[in-house]
Amino acid sequence: MLSKEEVRYIAGLSRIHLQENEVEYLTRNLAGILDYIDHLKKLDVSQVPPTSHVLPIKNVYRRDKVKPSFSVQDAVKISPHAYKGFFKVPQVIE
Amino acid sequence: MNLNQLTAHELIDHLKSKKTTPSDIYTAVVKEIERLDPKVKAYLRLTKNKPAFDSNSRLDFPVPISIKDNICIKGEEITCASHILEGFHPSYNAAVIEKIQKCGGILVGQTNMDEFAFGSSTENSHFGPTRNPWNLECVPGGSSGGSAAAVAAHEAIWALGSDTGGSIRQPASFCGIVGLKPTYGRVSRYGLIAFASSLDQIGPLTKDVTDNSLLLNIIAGHDERDSTSADVSVPDYTKSLINDVKGLKIGIPKEYFIEGMDPQVKNAVGEAIEVLEKKGAIFKEVSLPHTEYAVATYYILATAEASSNLARFDGVRYGIRCQPKNSRKGSIVDLYEETRSVGFGKEAKRRIMLGTYALSSGYYEAYYVRAQKVRTLIKNDFDSVFKEFDAIVTPTSPTTAFRIGEKAEDPLAMYLSDIYTISANLAGIPAISLPCGFSKNGLPIGLQILAKPFAEEMLFRIAYSYEQSTPWHTKRVSINA
Repeated sequence: MLSKEEVRYIAGLSRIHLQENEVEYLTRNLAGILDYIDHLKKLDVSQVPPTSHVLPIKNVYRRDKVKPSFSVQDAVKISPHAYKGFFKVPQVIE
Repeated sequence: MNLNQLTAHELIDHLKSKKTTPSDIYTAVVKEIERLDPKVKAYLRLTKNKPAFDSNSRLDFPVPISIKDNICIKGEEITCASHILEGFHPSYNAAVIEKIQKCGGILVGQTNMDEFAFGSSTENSHFGPTRNPWNLECVPGGSSGGSAAAVAAHEAIWALGSDTGGSIRQPASFCGIVGLKPTYGRVSRYGLIAFASSLDQIGPLTKDVTDNSLLLNIIAGHDERDSTSADVSVPDYTKSLINDVKGLKIGIPKEYFIEGMDPQVKNAVGEAIEVLEKKGAIFKEVSLPHTEYAVATYYILATAEASSNLARFDGVRYGIRCQPKNSRKGSIVDLYEETRSVGFGKEAKRRIMLGTYALSSGYYEAYYVRAQKVRTLIKNDFDSVFKEFDAIVTPTSPTTAFRIGEKAEDPLAMYLSDIYTISANLAGIPAISLPCGFSKNGLPIGLQILAKPFAEEMLFRIAYSYEQSTPWHTKRVSINA
């Protein structure tokens, strides 16, 4: 059973700040979904290999050739807060 | 009939015989959007860069197309129907947009969807729900509900959507049109805003099977910018429009005909099977024994991948940025949290949380790895059926379109509406939905056909044969503006 503390912890990992009413709602809600998902535990999968990807593609390589790419201007133009060709964020290092 | 009511292949014939011009077709579509979209709400916006019609151009398909709002068009706003991306204008075109523009396709507008494709009804859009053209009180399905409703309401000639667990096929079924999820890797996803990278695929939503094959011809193919796109040659799919199913072996999975299925859906699919049987197809009951685990498997894998893919929306590089309140100097983590809390809707938060939980230390093996193993079993079920059978038929959805609000507060009930479509994404196989009748309330019913990887030609052949013997694709919706 999922606790409110666990929900707050997962929200922290998800970088989402939840209001108290959201914590309550999601605790109930996620518990119901996890209960349904626990259905999978009925199966013995100890001998089954996992599938992460359906196509038989392994590593895809290409030549390391220099090709044109976005200019700095184009890349930062779309940012909500750019400054002199950089993405501006709050101070990270004290 | 007005130009906007025609199919793309009919319009191409009209253009060849000089009965109309690309500009007239575009105008007819835009006029219909202006007339009907205040009611249907299929579009989030029309493209800002209006087409320039050059009378000398000799392009293959100067036909208008509408695009789901998770496929990037250079210079046009894209939001994935989320608040968090509002104002974002991508700097490049998706591979499918390049291909469409290369053969002359005209981009009309961007269609509504569930936020980040999280949903089966288009009710999870930040900008409000799209309505089903056959009954405006009902949902169009989702998540590509805007694309499906636009095509059904003749506010679009054809459209692109994306399908992670049924998001092309289920809305196609609810709106009475044809929707294809190609084989995983058939279409490049370069420029598609990712939801679940091991499941997502772009595909066509069209008025009939012929148009569907034409649009797949345009968008299919290998692209080195999407390393998961398959280096498999692309046939001319229109060559598979053969009205002959004699001797084809088609399986009917017994696990799909379950309790909770609307009897009208069951009857319509049963009648469709009879039509194909009369044309010489051989039907036999088959078993896909792990079907009951598909929805649970999907909601672990898809949410885990989504939680990872959506980590990039943090208020730094694109979309909105929200400064934390109540603190004079917020940290960068406060900035991320505030932006994501304000920017993501309810279902997006729910899925990010679920996926983060499934990937978190202590639960990773129990949930994520277990789901990957069950995925293997589901894939094996299909592999063994396709050793003996050319295709499988099922309903696309257990019900017809439900009413707006009916499942909005019950996420599990909403997830279960994808029960017939999810397995194809887990197994990576192609699947098509096409109309096979109407309920007594006048809502469309969809037939789903599935085949082995890269056997889209088989889907088109069976779907085309069925379509030639039935009237459903010719039914036109009528809405009073």
